[in-house]
Amino acid sequence: MPSTPIIAIRGLATRFGNQVIHENLDLDVMPGEVLGVVGGSGTGKSVLLRTIVGLNPAAAGRVMLFGEDTGGMGPKGWLGLQRRWGVLFQGGALFSSLTVAQNVELPLAEHTDLNGALRAELVALKIRMVGLPESAAAKHPSEISGGMRKRAGLARALALDPEILFLDEPTAGLDPIGAAEFDELIGSLQQSLGLTVFMVTHDLDSLGAICDRIAVLIDKRLRVGTMADHIKDDHPWIRAYFHGPRGRAARGG
Amino acid sequence: MADSGVDVAVTDGGLVIAASGRWTIRHAGALDVALRAVDPGRARAARFDLSGVEALDSAGAWLIERTRGLLADRGLTVGLEGLPAAFVPLFGRVERLGRPSPLPPPPRRRLDDVLVRIGETTFIVGRRVRDLLGFFGAVLVAIARVMAQPRRIRFVSLVSHIEQVGLNAMPIVGLLSFLIGVVLAFQGIDQLSKFGAEVFTVNLVGISVLREMGVVLTAVIIAGRSGSAFTAQIGTMQVNEEVDALRTLGLDPVEVLVLPRILALVIALPLLTFFANFMAILGASLLLLGLIDLSIPSFLSQLNQAVTLTIFWIGIGKAPVFAFLIALVGCFEGLQVQGSAESVGRLTTLSVVEAIFLVIVFDAVFSIVFSYLGI
Repeated sequence: MPSTPIIAIRGLATRFGNQVIHENLDLDVMPGEVLGVVGGSGTGKSVLLRTIVGLNPAAAGRVMLFGEDTGGMGPKGWLGLQRRWGVLFQGGALFSSLTVAQNVELPLAEHTDLNGALRAELVALKIRMVGLPESAAAKHPSEISGGMRKRAGLARALALDPEILFLDEPTAGLDPIGAAEFDELIGSLQQSLGLTVFMVTHDLDSLGAICDRIAVLIDKRLRVGTMADHIKDDHPWIRAYFHGPRGRAARGG
Repeated sequence: MADSGVDVAVTDGGLVIAASGRWTIRHAGALDVALRAVDPGRARAARFDLSGVEALDSAGAWLIERTRGLLADRGLTVGLEGLPAAFVPLFGRVERLGRPSPLPPPPRRRLDDVLVRIGETTFIVGRRVRDLLGFFGAVLVAIARVMAQPRRIRFVSLVSHIEQVGLNAMPIVGLLSFLIGVVLAFQGIDQLSKFGAEVFTVNLVGISVLREMGVVLTAVIIAGRSGSAFTAQIGTMQVNEEVDALRTLGLDPVEVLVLPRILALVIALPLLTFFANFMAILGASLLLLGLIDLSIPSFLSQLNQAVTLTIFWIGIGKAPVFAFLIALVGCFEGLQVQGSAESVGRLTTLSVVEAIFLVIVFDAVFSIVFSYLGI
């Protein structure tokens, strides 16, 4: 691909106290690609996502988004970035005091000067775009199922038409049918909206279904490649992961 | 126009709407205004020329789709042309979704809603009182069961709770009681000195602290500090399904979680009250010795005359009752938590309010009973 990476990480280190999570980690994500990040429990997949979006300070190294270094960035710079990405947290992270429609409207109301009527139209569009019924719009997060909460969270992440979508375990906690539908939804939205997707996941089916490349977080660093590359890798964890019964089933299916 | 635009022209063929530049959410506000102003007049057909569009997102696509729908509603035949190939999937997606059905208007508030609310609240309060009484019964049954088999008292848990609600509460209870003693003595001296009777401040402080203030103040502090902690602890366990896990392991949550807390508070609160009484009188005495001409022996003899052992026991005797109420309500509300973490916060607040309410109501009941008994 001739273009420059939309996310570029160089020599990243993160630590909690004495515990080293990432050490000298590099990553390039190209515009329009879907990158899946996998790794064992506790290897810091979600921490990596949180570090990229600035929720977690890096101990060393550089994170560049849209070609800009986030290191010395002030609040204004961050705000500019925050309007260009959407983040879907694991449980949806909907604001419990707001309805689904108000949740989706919040970024529009805060970051655009659109009038109320157009905002309501765009909210309705986003809600239908993620496959929620219109009746869900007036409900509070506690009144809808976990799968619907994730869809609503996705609608909120997409509210400002972001260029990058960060997903933290989008299919965790969904039944296999719901998970497959969610994968399909993300895949088709990614294609039609031209999104770059950074997805932390455990789900081998998601990796096979929608990811262009897979980054395996291992020994505090990332090994990036396609599914075919990883299958040839003989690192014991990668072998166990991709050649285990679930891995074989996902590839064979 | 900055970097996005709409040009509307009327030709022989009808209306031509030429879109150019960046049709993204940042420009959607201005484009929305321009497109709403499009007036088809008597044109029979309209045509979108999208060849000049450089960027399109779902907001821009929606504006085109909406305008097309509105023009079609007015009987025009609408065509689209020149959409750059890169935007075809996005436009197709928005087009497939079509226009939403209008959202129903939010329900109006009406006058009789107030009556409905009052009725609902009465019903809910009645049910809570019934549930709380039911819980009280369950606790009594559990106490009877444990009394029959004292081995079942969870000793480690009991001691740990006594430390948390008793020992760890001493600094705050001591400090606040000391200050209340100072305040009472100051007001007493201020008023009684008008009659030259400032020495009777000792009687005022001694009786009011030992009989009422010490125990009520301590109970209110502990309701805020430990009653809320009980609700939050048990509520969090409820959210994590730990309480359900206990039940499936054949353990009674009342026996395992509630009894040690109630017993711990029933033991700790009288001790804390004694400490609070001491600190309040200490505060008052320091102020008195400093402000009026009173020696330590005369202070002590005045206190000895004013205060009887009965007054002391009336104050201390109320403490176990208040402790039982605070712990009962705290644990009850904790077990009421259902599902979300949000309800932990709500019920914790409720638990403190209810505990303080019950403490003061029972204090009033005690006053009435004691005056009836002539104590």
